[in-house]
Amino acid sequence: MTPGSILVLKPGLLTSIQDLGRWGHQAAGVPVAGPMDAFSHRLANQLVANAAGAATLEITLMGPELAFDVDTTIAITGAHFDVWCDDRPVPMATSVPIAAGQRIRFGKRVQGARAYLGVAGGVQAPVVLGSRATHLVSGMGGHEGRALAAGDRVPILAGAGSGATRKAAGLVLPTGGRARVRVVPGPQADWFHADALRTVSGVSFRISPRSNRMGYRLEGPPLARVREGELISEPVGMGAIQVPGAGEPILLMADRQTAGGYPKIGHVISADLPLAGQLAPGEFVEFVTCTRQEAVAALIARERQLLRYSALRDVS
Amino acid sequence: MRIRHCGDAMLLVEFEAVIDPLINERVIALAARIRDRRARGIQDVVPGYCTLGVHFDPLHTDLSALERAIEHEARDLGAIEQLPDRAPIEIAVRYGGEWGPDLDAVAAKAGCSPAEVIARHSGRLYRVYMLGFVPGFAYMGRVDPAIVMARHRVPRERVPAGSVGIAGEQTGVYPIESPGGWQLIGRTTATMFDAERTPPNLVGPGDLVRFVAVTDGGA
Repeated sequence: MTPGSILVLKPGLLTSIQDLGRWGHQAAGVPVAGPMDAFSHRLANQLVANAAGAATLEITLMGPELAFDVDTTIAITGAHFDVWCDDRPVPMATSVPIAAGQRIRFGKRVQGARAYLGVAGGVQAPVVLGSRATHLVSGMGGHEGRALAAGDRVPILAGAGSGATRKAAGLVLPTGGRARVRVVPGPQADWFHADALRTVSGVSFRISPRSNRMGYRLEGPPLARVREGELISEPVGMGAIQVPGAGEPILLMADRQTAGGYPKIGHVISADLPLAGQLAPGEFVEFVTCTRQEAVAALIARERQLLRYSALRDVS
Repeated sequence: MRIRHCGDAMLLVEFEAVIDPLINERVIALAARIRDRRARGIQDVVPGYCTLGVHFDPLHTDLSALERAIEHEARDLGAIEQLPDRAPIEIAVRYGGEWGPDLDAVAAKAGCSPAEVIARHSGRLYRVYMLGFVPGFAYMGRVDPAIVMARHRVPRERVPAGSVGIAGEQTGVYPIESPGGWQLIGRTTATMFDAERTPPNLVGPGDLVRFVAVTDGGA
């Protein structure tokens, strides 16, 4: 396959290269990064018959305009946008052949916050500590460690792709700017009043404008603590709901630090993290508690959905 | 020792909640043992001060087997009763002036001269307890009680790479330019983190560090 590229004509609000993340280096303080909605990222790869480790473009709130200089196949999953290939509308969650010279233009965002553009053969970028994922704060991975800018050329492979059309239903996106996500109690749930988890349950938190890929600051009812102070800093994972002594709870997302010192009242379950990733600042998240068994069952159901699409016959 | 579930994709192994070299040594030993098992589904093993995070893929991990393995590997950690001898890693630091804008304030607060702050900071060995915040940022302790300093109430928006700071009983070096609230007393030209290097981090959990004061012409 000869090398080709995507020329970034307009970058959109925040478009970055992501893969499943930079695992295995958190002991050295290296954040994992990766997609905010891993389900849609993986689905985009499956629709263009990529390996699971391939990188996609994560597109946030306002999409880019891109020019392709080689024939290839793309698929756009996650958030619904009006997208055009030259003057022809591009269906979501469907593999679409692209000819050299064609342009992909993102228009109005219809639903969800983050779209994933998969391209046959995967978006190319140097592999840094085992991953192509962009971590914005540390400037690591992706395209020069940063979000894409106008004039960037992102390498892709030419001539990749099966040619046949693949189509999937995709993630059921949040409607009306709110999502209900399930949480399991956190290791410091006993730092809060007994009813704090109940307070969290069924109450909507607004995602503050001061939210980003590292985490969502949540505006809502105060979560009364029975213990003051901070913890001795300890390892944390995506989905942890940290509660600083005063101030807004923070839902840790893809670009989170590797450790933190705030008590955690709960964790968003893995199966529902993609939904959280589809929320924008100003939108609302509602937590409902569940058991760990339910969390794993939900994740298996999600995975079955992905497996079904990977087994899907190509339709033409 | 206690194993806690943090959501459905991470276990947290808790030791006694203290900042103590021996406890930390046991955490690091357990991390190495769990990594060495190379069990299916384990994504990352991350030591903290007195906790160990084990990140796993819930769909590819036998969780009860993992918990049993952790308990098995932790059985005889109590036998670690001494810290192994390790050669200290020396980090050259230019203290004060433009390199350490908070040195004079730290000295004033401590009621001593800047030279004494330098002597106290560079006069002891520090243990690296854990890394975090940004790639290669090492939390080291403990600093001389005389120069223990609270963080700035309002963090600086930009702390230059290589800045050496104090926060409470901890000291550390900012590997990259980043926001930060530590009291900056000096700067090093040492590369704390380089993704192209193996290992990428200059210092790792359990390492010993000595800061060496240099004057212009050095470091």
